[in-house]
Amino acid sequence: MSAATLIRNGRIEADDYQWPDDADPIPGRGRIVVGLDRWRAEADALNRNDLQVGVALPNTADIESLEHGVLERPLLVLCFPGFADGRAYSQARLLRRRGYHGELRASGDAVVLDQLQSMMRCGFDSFALRADQDPQRCLDAHRAFDLAYQPLDAATPLVSRLRRSTAP
Amino acid sequence: MYQYDQYDQRLVDQRVAQFRDQTRRFLDGQLPEEEYRALRLRNGLYIQRFAPMLRIAIPYGLLASRQLRMLAHIARTYDKGYGHFTTRQNMQFNWPRLEDVPDILADLASVQMHAIQTSGNCIRNITADHLAGVAADELVDPRPYCELTRQWATFHPEFNWLPRKFKIAFSSSTTDRAATRVHDIGVHIVRNAAGELGYTIYVGGGLGRMPMIGHAIREFLPQAQLLSYLDAVLRVYNRLGRRDNMHRARIKILVKDLGPQRFAELVEAEWAQVRATADGAALDFGDADLQRMATHFDAPAYRTEAAADRRYESAIAGDSAFAAFARRNVREHRVPGYKIVFVSLKGPGIAPGDITAEQMDRVAELADRYSFGELRATHDQNLVLADVAQEDVHAVWSALREIGLATPNIGLLTDMICCPGLDFCALANAGSIGVAQDINDRFDSLDHLYDIGEIKLKMSGCMNGCGHHTVGHIGILGVDKKGEEWYQVTLGGSAENDATLGDRTGPSFSRDEIADAVQRIVEVYLEQRRDEDESFLACYRRIGMAPFKAHLYPTEVAA
Repeated sequence: MSAATLIRNGRIEADDYQWPDDADPIPGRGRIVVGLDRWRAEADALNRNDLQVGVALPNTADIESLEHGVLERPLLVLCFPGFADGRAYSQARLLRRRGYHGELRASGDAVVLDQLQSMMRCGFDSFALRADQDPQRCLDAHRAFDLAYQPLDAATPLVSRLRRSTAP
Repeated sequence: MYQYDQYDQRLVDQRVAQFRDQTRRFLDGQLPEEEYRALRLRNGLYIQRFAPMLRIAIPYGLLASRQLRMLAHIARTYDKGYGHFTTRQNMQFNWPRLEDVPDILADLASVQMHAIQTSGNCIRNITADHLAGVAADELVDPRPYCELTRQWATFHPEFNWLPRKFKIAFSSSTTDRAATRVHDIGVHIVRNAAGELGYTIYVGGGLGRMPMIGHAIREFLPQAQLLSYLDAVLRVYNRLGRRDNMHRARIKILVKDLGPQRFAELVEAEWAQVRATADGAALDFGDADLQRMATHFDAPAYRTEAAADRRYESAIAGDSAFAAFARRNVREHRVPGYKIVFVSLKGPGIAPGDITAEQMDRVAELADRYSFGELRATHDQNLVLADVAQEDVHAVWSALREIGLATPNIGLLTDMICCPGLDFCALANAGSIGVAQDINDRFDSLDHLYDIGEIKLKMSGCMNGCGHHTVGHIGILGVDKKGEEWYQVTLGGSAENDATLGDRTGPSFSRDEIADAVQRIVEVYLEQRRDEDESFLACYRRIGMAPFKAHLYPTEVAA
């Protein structure tokens, strides 16, 4: 799973997180990603200073009722189990609305050139590209549209704001 | 009407470039077929029974003459010389080549048109009353709100991959002419007791295999706050709508499963969160935004002296054919001296909603000459010239008659809503166009039609219900029985303010029997109605199904 090419901070980066299986022992130190269930079951063991723990959330997780500890993680991973399953878009927006400031990573079948810009606009800032994607092309995905109608993100100029500033 | 500014144009142009690249990658084998399918659907492109089908957006049904000319150009250049107006006020072409579609979209962009989100599981084209801005019973013009909503919905990054398609319709009049309560969201623009403008929000209506009437989940929403509320509805749906079964994925199923009350609570809770953050205010309409948008829909320069002209009345008195047209296809305009003229796309011998390139050009010419260069598509699949001075109605009629678009049958039995059916659609179980022809032949005597009066006959070739059969006064649904085409009939449906779903008459009818069945239904009505003023729908509601059943299935009743 960690073999995917990662786009983060606008460039291709190595994934510095390990993805132990649920049955694997928790390593003594370093960066790991665990599922929400394991996080909840082993939070005490995982919540250590020498361990940086990211949490992967299923796309059915209710973000509004998520415990605060999860929102303090340095990395949250949201999953797109199919190309056309858009639930994690709403989860991403809800996480940002709840004040989550860490790395928000998209993973799964929808992490492709044609969806990256939408993901960015919903608050994702890290992308585990699907294996068949051309990473170089994906770096340019944010250029498909250089304006937006919806006030979602600070990066894309908002049409209504441009209109107000140019209105006679 | 709304004119793109540089920003709208830029976004549409960038969309064309994006789709051109996606199509190239698909043809080069770099984009998997399943993914290209999802992407092309969001650009209106289906692969149909014989060829691709391209559905072009006509936002809230409003068209400029130059746009209609462009549609004519596309019909001639890329298709077989005709197009088809749909029940959602859009236009479909049935024969474009996939390779040509990026060029077609570029042509459309040159006249501020597109095919964005006309299919796929996303927010579809926004529809509205085809008489917006000219109807006498209108509270305010809904189109500025529609356009603001259209822009918000266009490329919305969060709501582009919903469980299923999502349709929003607006109404602002005492008569709902946009079938809002059979939409995923129906927005009724209203005034509250304090005199403030706002909306009643209906959610969970829909046709298809589980037809339902939408529930009012909010009685009054302040005018400025529409988009934040829609945002909340869509977010609840995107999170909780079913994705395990596409036939259970529409929002109507979520509303039904949770119950409208519980669904409304979830929306209100989410909306409260949206309002509590900067997102809420950022989505609000500012007064200046609304005013700026409203100026796009300012009334044209009506001439006050038009009211004094008497040629319309004298033409009616002197020409019975024109009088028939005036009676059936002309409606009162709210400005004295002007008339609303319906162009019938339901003439004998053509599929409902079909129009040739030549007819499009001629209608565009009439719009330029007589109706301020604009026209509207209706969800009944006709066209409207909405601002014709009464002295010009006769000339418009003469010109329409020359091109076969003056059939005086608006609102009558032969003004059927009909999907493309088995002849074109990959989903259909049965033909609908041929049945429409048969019914047309059966009732071809106009005197007979007038005697019958207003009946909405709606027909779909399959359960998906594109022909709105469940809300037809008479509804016909094509079904497949062991490879044969059969037709189920419903009575008493309505898509207007009193929205109701039709009741099944009983066993379905064969292709040979269906026109006869419609005739029998009409016979019962003519015999049972109190007088000519009792409509088919009112009569049905009074007498119920039994007399119709008795006449439709005489042997069963006898046995």
